[in-house]
Amino acid sequence: MMDERFAQGNSLLHTRDPKAKIIAATAFVTASAITNSFTVAAVSFALSIVLFFLTKLPVQLVLKRLLAVNSFTFFLWLTLPLTYGGSEFTAVGPLSLSMEGIRLAALITLKTNAIVISIIALLGTSRIANIGHALESLHLPQNLCFILLFSYRYVFVIYQEYRRLVRAAQLRCFVPATSIHTYRTFGYLFGMTLVKSWNRATRVHQAMVLRGFDGHLIPLSQDRYTSDDTIFLSVMLSLTLLLILLNFL
Amino acid sequence: MPKPPIIELRNISYAYPHNSMPILQNLNFSVSDKHVGVIGSNGCGKTTFFQIIVGLLTPDTGQLLFHGENVANKKQLRELRKEVGFLFQSADDQLFSPTVIEDVAFGPLNLGYSSAAAEKIALETLMDLGLSGFEERITHKLSGGEKKLVALATILAMKPKMLLLDEPTNNLDPRTRKRLIDILQGLDLYQIIISHDWDFLDQTSSILYQVEHGHIHKCEEDHIHVHRHIHKAGDHPHRHIH
Repeated sequence: MMDERFAQGNSLLHTRDPKAKIIAATAFVTASAITNSFTVAAVSFALSIVLFFLTKLPVQLVLKRLLAVNSFTFFLWLTLPLTYGGSEFTAVGPLSLSMEGIRLAALITLKTNAIVISIIALLGTSRIANIGHALESLHLPQNLCFILLFSYRYVFVIYQEYRRLVRAAQLRCFVPATSIHTYRTFGYLFGMTLVKSWNRATRVHQAMVLRGFDGHLIPLSQDRYTSDDTIFLSVMLSLTLLLILLNFL
Repeated sequence: MPKPPIIELRNISYAYPHNSMPILQNLNFSVSDKHVGVIGSNGCGKTTFFQIIVGLLTPDTGQLLFHGENVANKKQLRELRKEVGFLFQSADDQLFSPTVIEDVAFGPLNLGYSSAAAEKIALETLMDLGLSGFEERITHKLSGGEKKLVALATILAMKPKMLLLDEPTNNLDPRTRKRLIDILQGLDLYQIIISHDWDFLDQTSSILYQVEHGHIHKCEEDHIHVHRHIHKAGDHPHRHIH
């Protein structure tokens, strides 16, 4: 998790300034998210794939992420065609599948994938520390940037503490079952995870403060906004504008 | 007039919240020797003593003096923390960046060095500790001994004048332990070392203090007593310090 696998690389998108990427991603994602048009969603999906290939990241990596996301859209496919109403597309036994339901499920799936892929391509290609720093220089409230950076940092800590406790339980032959003992054990595990993570987080924060940390994370690789970034941003914003205009065709 | 000690504690008392018994009571201490060892039983307040020195805990009463001046505001505390480095008991609490180089450069960056300068300092520090080639290693995948040395590097990169080491030899294998001893002996810095490892203290400190009943006091240098013991190399001449 801390490896920031997507951020490793030297492609056209990796070397762009995160400020430009954040603005481009915000515009692009918003335009893709609010559309009702199939054409727009399809075009933004295609664009996101192009962006992804610009990153030169291995395809398997992103497929794994998409699998996770589409496990959610899968449930939409299960429910929407049955419940949405409208004109009947076809009937399977006593069940009638609605045309509008299928259309909506497809639209949501297309949009979701376009958004996830474009975020991986645009934001995933920068380290979180650099993103946080860029958000700060875009004048986002400092506390928000701080929360972003530390949620990211401590999710990992909490996960580690939890794994450690689960391992300790397993080593003493704990096998989850449907019993009060299991529920109580998981209650203890979660409670203890919170307490231990809190203590650990306090110590990590102390270590940071002692080394002069005052709320600003300064990334080692400083980004410099260049004319290439301006070109990139203009191209991205023009494409986004086209997406928006497509809605009115 | 003699130069004031880098750190002095005057009549420090501290009690943890929800605990009526203070853990430190009217504690007085000033740094006179370069290499100080601190001993004491578990839970006697040794770590609390360190946390008071670097201002992580604010004493209930008493004064913390840095170069003879009362540490009263954040700016002074920042100066103090720049000069006094604290190596935690657990290196895991100290390393938080993905890669070693980022973690070591974290301090210098906070001190206002440019990225290039911070990176240079970090690389030099790693080299001094014999950790060249570790730059791109992932911190949480290092071995226990490597983590300890990298944690030390993160502190030395801030170019402190004084080091506080909290049980530095815990869980170290003999080779890393020896390496740590060599490193500490080679550093021209004030060092206060908390340890239960007598042999380590014998090699790294010139004076021994004990924390007991909320106070800290110098140990008598030669306290002669008779005891029985057993060890493998018993027929070779050796020193005994307890």
